[in-house]
Order: sequence, then structure tokens, then C-alpha cells
Amino acid sequence: MEKTKELRVFAEEIRVETIKELAHLGFGHMGGSMSVTETLAVLYGGQMNYDPKNPAMENRDRLVMSKGHAGPALYAALALKGFFPLDRLNTLNQGGTTLPSHCDRLKTPGVDMTTGSLGQGASMAVGLAKGAKMRGKDYFTYLILGDGECDEGQVWEAALSAAHLKLDNLIAFVDWNKQQLDGAVDDVLGLGDIAQKFRDFGWHTQQVDGHDIDALWRAVDQAKAAKGQPSMIVLDTIKGNGCRLALETFPCHHLKFKPEQIAPSVAEAEQALAQARKALEVE
Amino acid sequence: MNYRVKQTFQTEEREMRAVYCETLRQMAREDSRICALDADLIGSSGMKPFFQEFPDRAVNCGIQESNMIGMAAGLSAAGMVPFAHSFAPFATRRVMDQIFISCAYGKQNVRIVGSDPGVTAAYNGGTHMPFEDMGCLTAIPHITLIEPSDSVQLAQVCRLLQDAYGVFYIRMLRKNAVGIYEEGSSFELGKIPVLRDGADVCIVASGIMVAEALKAAALLAEQGVSAAVLDCFTWKPLDGDTLEAYAAKCGAIVTAENHNVEGGLGSAVAGCLARRHPVPMEMVGVQDEFGEVGTVDYLQNRFGLTAAAIVSAAQKAAARKK
Repeated sequence: MEKTKELRVFAEEIRVETIKELAHLGFGHMGGSMSVTETLAVLYGGQMNYDPKNPAMENRDRLVMSKGHAGPALYAALALKGFFPLDRLNTLNQGGTTLPSHCDRLKTPGVDMTTGSLGQGASMAVGLAKGAKMRGKDYFTYLILGDGECDEGQVWEAALSAAHLKLDNLIAFVDWNKQQLDGAVDDVLGLGDIAQKFRDFGWHTQQVDGHDIDALWRAVDQAKAAKGQPSMIVLDTIKGNGCRLALETFPCHHLKFKPEQIAPSVAEAEQALAQARKALEVE
Repeated sequence: MNYRVKQTFQTEEREMRAVYCETLRQMAREDSRICALDADLIGSSGMKPFFQEFPDRAVNCGIQESNMIGMAAGLSAAGMVPFAHSFAPFATRRVMDQIFISCAYGKQNVRIVGSDPGVTAAYNGGTHMPFEDMGCLTAIPHITLIEPSDSVQLAQVCRLLQDAYGVFYIRMLRKNAVGIYEEGSSFELGKIPVLRDGADVCIVASGIMVAEALKAAALLAEQGVSAAVLDCFTWKPLDGDTLEAYAAKCGAIVTAENHNVEGGLGSAVAGCLARRHPVPMEMVGVQDEFGEVGTVDYLQNRFGLTAAAIVSAAQKAAARKK
């Protein structure tokens, strides 16, 4: 399927640009950025309605990156889609940048919500979705939560609330990459069965391989079709996926590295991108 | 600003919450962006009629203050103008980070209403008795902090907030206030109404303490002390020009608040005048204590929030003038 191959290319582009972005800086939230690249590729590669030339378009779909530390991956996706020039990614976290480590709607074209204090994006997404209904707008609100973020009570307040309000225009993801800052989620604060919990809270739930483009695309289609309840897609992911240094480091929430340490990861990601492009050409 | 002051000290006929609800209903009829959130307290906030008239623009969030404030930020981003209510401690200190990040740092357009200021929490006691709500929020850049003195001012404030943009906190008495203003009075945010002019000492009051300040000024007049009374209903941004002018004119200041003087109106006025025009100053208010149960009268006496306390503070401040 050509669309899948195109989205695979986009996902690998996001991955390469994100690793390079952090490599330029020498540190950053690598692990959780790597685990959401396919999700961002599916959303910004076709599932979401937006206009890079008009980031404030009223009826655009909204994305709340509640795990705000995945900003670098979102910035790469936005730059690749033309919201701002790609070379701006090199300004990540520099004084005066429009690309801070956590998402800021006032600074970055295409960022819909300011996040970084964990759990709060969930409630803001509920407000955005409820606001769409109040105003008779038919856009979707997408919400990306971290698994560690689900430690926050506010996530579960929002979960109760979204189901009670029957917000079927809200499509949420939990990036179940199984690590948080201090180590394994199961060691720090176990979450049990995330999908089951949201199901019990009244959500339409699915669990997919978060690195499988096809599965993700289908899951978003099904989420859009689910009526009368909000949708949760639990992303079974690998923290640091596609970045060798992150995969070889535990925990890999935040990495600090020298150029020679990250160089092989950049090379490998570029290789994966070249392969994805080749597969697309063959088609 | 065009206001006329009553001199009768009579309790108003209508509760503040009834006027709040009625004003919001009128605004919502004219403006489809107006919406209301509450945290299982619509029975207390008097907002039932709004919820009945606008069921699609009202959300009872349940006992979820954090989620409510976050939702308000999201509703703002969707173009709505939310008014979110809970009891003052739960609408402020409990949700400090949600107000700070989701609302203020994200530059959303949100109105937060906290009811039962200070001792008016009465029988709900220390857990519900906010002496610190304004103090917590004042640390948030660009927030506007308002404590209306009576229902005329409250209704005007709500109207002023219809087209304003930013994060606003209204510290609202739910029950009947002492009427300060004649119907039809109008106000500007951040501008202090001068209720009574004076030359010897200036009382800067807010909320239920405005009536006490006016009573105190009358008592002081009997002693030959001329006291000005200012209604500092906007705590932030503070009206530094008026404060400076009255510090210069009277040479002594007394603040009077139903709040902890630490982080409260006393601190704010002192901080302003220390830079602009330092004069002897006394602070009537809660002196760094927790709340407790009792009637409002009992608690006003217990914490020294009375006209008598203002009179002694004014005498003390005036005596310190060189």
C-alpha cells in the first residue's frame, strides 16, 4: 500500500530530524520522542485536518501533546509539513527560540496547547472537545498522554469527565513505552492494564503496536467512527525506538551525549529512512 | 468610572450569588461564548438557573477542581468565555498549577470565581476558609485579582469581563453584602473608587471590610480625625497612582482585608508604597493564622476584622506620622 510506505518515510523523516535536533543540542528527551514518531506521522500525514499556511484555521483538528517533553518530535513533524523552516530545529532550547523543550502554543506555529506540567493536557483536551460541541464545530481533538503521565490524578479526572460528557470528538493515545524518568513504569508506579482502565471509565478502547503504521491508521479510523464515547488508543511502543543510543541506555527518558556518541544513531536512522524511501520508489 | 456611594450601611436585599447568576444569564443571552463550569456546587453558587437555561453551555464537572480549571483553558482555546466556580480555597490554592500553567502561562481567557472569602466561610471552618487565595494567585504574572464589595459592583465586574482577555479571579461573597453603591454605578478594573475623602489617614479596604472602613471613618470623624476610605476592589493590578496620591495627602495608611495580611492587600499596598511614597502604615486583617468555625460576627471579632480594629489601627498609624 503506497500510503503506508509514504507514512513510513514520513515517520523515519521525523525520527531523523528529531535525533539530529537533539544531537545539535547535545541532550534532550530522546526516548519519549522516538516512541511517538509513527503516531505523529499518521496524524500529520493524513488523519488530521490542518493548514500549515494558516496554523490558526478555525476548523482545524487540534493536537494536545500532553506529554509536553515530546515537543522535539512534534516540532520535527511540523517543520517537515511546512509550518516553519526545517533549519529552525537547530534552535531547540537556545535562548530566544520558538522551540522550547516543552510545547508552547504561544511560541511555535502549529502547537495548539501549552503543556509540560503533566496531566493538564488531558483536561485541556476535554475542554477543547466540549468547546467544539458548544460551538457546533466538527473538528477532532487529539490527545497524546505518556504512560508515566498517567500517574497524575488529573488524567483520571479528565477520563471520567470525557466519558460522562460523551466526547466522541476526542481521540486520545497513551504512549505505553513502559519507562518513565526514574526507570520502568512497573517499578516506579505500576499502571496495570491501561486499556482496561479506560474501558472501565467508559471509553472506546483499542491497543495497537505503536510503531505499526497500518495498525495506527486503522485505529484512528475506528476511533473516528466510534460514537457516543471518547476513544483511547493505547500505543504499545518501545521507548527510544529507532535510536540506538536510547535503546542502549536505561532509562532513556532524557539523554546527554557527545557528538561521537550520537553519530552512529543518526547514521542508522538515516539508513532506515533511505530504506523507506527505496521501498516507496519500488512501488 | 461613575459611582455614587450609599451612606446607609444596609444589607442588600439580593444575595450576591443571585446577582452573579442573573448577570451571567443576561450576558449568555447576548453572547454565545459565555459558558459556566462548577465543581458540584451549583446549589451553593446560585447558578442553577443558568444551568437550566443553558444546559449546553454549562458543565457541572463534579468534585474535580483541577479538571475544571484545565477544561476552562480548553474551552478558552475553543473560543468560549468560561466562568468556573468553586469555594475559594478549592478554586485557588488547590489548583494553583492548573491556573498557572493551563490558564495563565498558556495565555488563555478564563474567569475563576471563588466564593466564601475569609471568615464568610463561617461554619465550614478552617478547611474552607481562605485567608490566602489572593496571596497564592498574586504570584501569577498578569493575573487580575478582584474582590467586589457589593452586588452592584459584582454585576459591573462580570460585565467588564465579558470582552476582556486574560485570567481573572473574582473573590465572591455568596450571601448578602452591605450595600455600598447606588444602582447604576460604574467602575474600571484597576481603578480605586474613593468612597470618602480625608486628610489625616487613609483606609484602603476590600470586600466586607469596606463597610467596616466606612463605619470606622465615621467613628474617627467624631474624634476629629479625618479619614479617607478607598475601595481597593482590584488587588492586582494595584492602582498605584491613587494609593500614592492618598499616601501623600494623608501621610498614614491603614489596610483592611478579610485575608491574611501576609501576601494579602496589606503586603501589596506596602510593596507599592515602599517604592512610591513610604508613609507609616498599619494592617488590619488576619495576622498569619488559620481559620476556624463560627458565625461571621464571631470570626470578625476573633480575627480583628472590625470597625473598632480599624479605628485603633488608624490612631496608631496617624500617631506615627512625624
